[in-house]
Amino acid sequence: MTVPILEGADLAVLYAGQRVLDVPRIEVQAGEILAVIGPNGAGKSTLLRVLGLLEPPASGEVRLRGRRVPWGSAGLLAVRRRFATVFQEPLLCDATVEANVALPLRLRRRPAGEVAAQVTVWLRRLGIAHLAKRGARSLSGGEAQRASLARAFAVRPDVLLLDEPFAALDPPTRDELLRLLQELLRQESITTIFVTHDREEALRLGDRIAVMMGGRLHQVGSPSAVFGRPITEEVARFVGVETILAGRVTGERAGLLTVEVNGTKIEALGAAAVGEPVLVCLRPEDLVIRRLEARAGRESARNHLEGRVEEAIALGAQYRVRIACGPALGGVIALVTKQSFDDLGLERGTPVVLTFKASAVHLIRR
Amino acid sequence: MELIWQGMVQAVRLILSGDPQVLQITWLSLKVSAAATFLSLIAGIPAGMVLALTRFPGRGLLVALVNTGMGLPPVVVGLFVSIFLWRSGPLGFLELLYTPTAIVIAQFIIAAPIVTGLTIAAVQQLNPKLRLQLLGLGASRGQLLWLLMREARLPLLAAAMAGFGGVISEVGASMMVGGNIQGQTRVLTTATVLETGKGNFDVAIALSLLLLALTFAVNYLLTWIQQRGRTP
Repeated sequence: MTVPILEGADLAVLYAGQRVLDVPRIEVQAGEILAVIGPNGAGKSTLLRVLGLLEPPASGEVRLRGRRVPWGSAGLLAVRRRFATVFQEPLLCDATVEANVALPLRLRRRPAGEVAAQVTVWLRRLGIAHLAKRGARSLSGGEAQRASLARAFAVRPDVLLLDEPFAALDPPTRDELLRLLQELLRQESITTIFVTHDREEALRLGDRIAVMMGGRLHQVGSPSAVFGRPITEEVARFVGVETILAGRVTGERAGLLTVEVNGTKIEALGAAAVGEPVLVCLRPEDLVIRRLEARAGRESARNHLEGRVEEAIALGAQYRVRIACGPALGGVIALVTKQSFDDLGLERGTPVVLTFKASAVHLIRR
Repeated sequence: MELIWQGMVQAVRLILSGDPQVLQITWLSLKVSAAATFLSLIAGIPAGMVLALTRFPGRGLLVALVNTGMGLPPVVVGLFVSIFLWRSGPLGFLELLYTPTAIVIAQFIIAAPIVTGLTIAAVQQLNPKLRLQLLGLGASRGQLLWLLMREARLPLLAAAMAGFGGVISEVGASMMVGGNIQGQTRVLTTATVLETGKGNFDVAIALSLLLLALTFAVNYLLTWIQQRGRTP
């Protein structure tokens, strides 16, 4: 494996004696997009500031292409100039859009001709060429964030750092910008660290995903690994597993495990020894609901849980339904399309059967 | 009322006739106060930026002192500058007392805290995240300060106006360290005091009008620079 373009080793940041960042190791490979996700206050932005050379860590080191970053020396500026950062707020200067995009190039004392050429290119690629002469203060949120992105791309940074760049935008604008960013990053193959608390954004952009909680990296891996096989209960909850049940493996036959949760048997695929305590993780979108009295069709699902609808919350195109599966299991959460919700005629108290495949069950060993 | 009217008429006549003495006094006022304001900007803006952007022990005390200094009574400044510049005082050998330079020094001491205090406020009202953003775009320390100053240019020009307004209008310090010597250190405010004392209300009114016109002209210029290119 080649030397990572950017690495952090034994990074720690303390605020008032409190350890807010504790990352023994993080690597970013050239050209990849690392999405850092986690709840608010998890230390994601702190990590980004340290990796972006904007805040020195209390201990540990950052290496760019294997070379140690010289904190506190004159050499730091030259290294920092190979980065560009975009924050949640566009933070444009009180000048024209054009002047804002030109700013980082001017700071690097690039020749005027090159500056003008780059500005033209990036204003066009971000779709804001018509706003070139406008004052930055008169832009809408989406336009301002486009200008902020153009400003960062114009530098052609070795590493692009994005700190929740879309968090303050309305959903359609956010979607549009996310699409545009995805396209630009693919075309330019710029190494990117993208911090977000939004799972969907991370899934759409990230080549790899790092889950950060309480200042630590809990899991780093491919999107399918992090979302499909979370390694801790906290990560599972954060990546969208809504039902987590404590049980014990009671049997194994040809790779198919039987897990007993308070007397109810659940079949699962996974790697755990008989007798081992595990957590059974069920994603709401993997559960299928049918009415109890309806005849079961030909289904391959191995698991059937009976229960009653306890609560249903409309989420636009979907309903989030909470099913009470008796005292042994408690509430199980499933997502149902609005269409099936109406077809099934679900309401509070309706007796239903939840079905799911053994492969939909993810086990966390305890 | 008759007196004021008479005074106004006389004043306009004096101004229009281009009385050399009045012109000389006006020109000196402008020169002295502009120099003092300019020096206070050179010292006060960097000092204000340091106080706004850094954290060190004793910073709070310094900011409080600067804020207090914004209301420094000119006579107190005049008194202490006089003591220092007095022939037998610590800086007496410079022989500056009763010269325009002495007035510039006193006015600088009055304007500097005003400029510094307003600079602190101007820089602190910028989005604190802007610093991080500018560093994140590759600004050096010097470039960062320059850019922050540019971002705060509106309130900084207001600071310049406040500083100039504070010194062009003060009389106590100019009187004490300048001595109101005709043709040498007489400025508009000290001349107005003198003429009023002598009962020459027409001249006093003329001088007052000139003072107002001068202040207006300078502030108009600064406001024009400040508001240039701004759309509502």
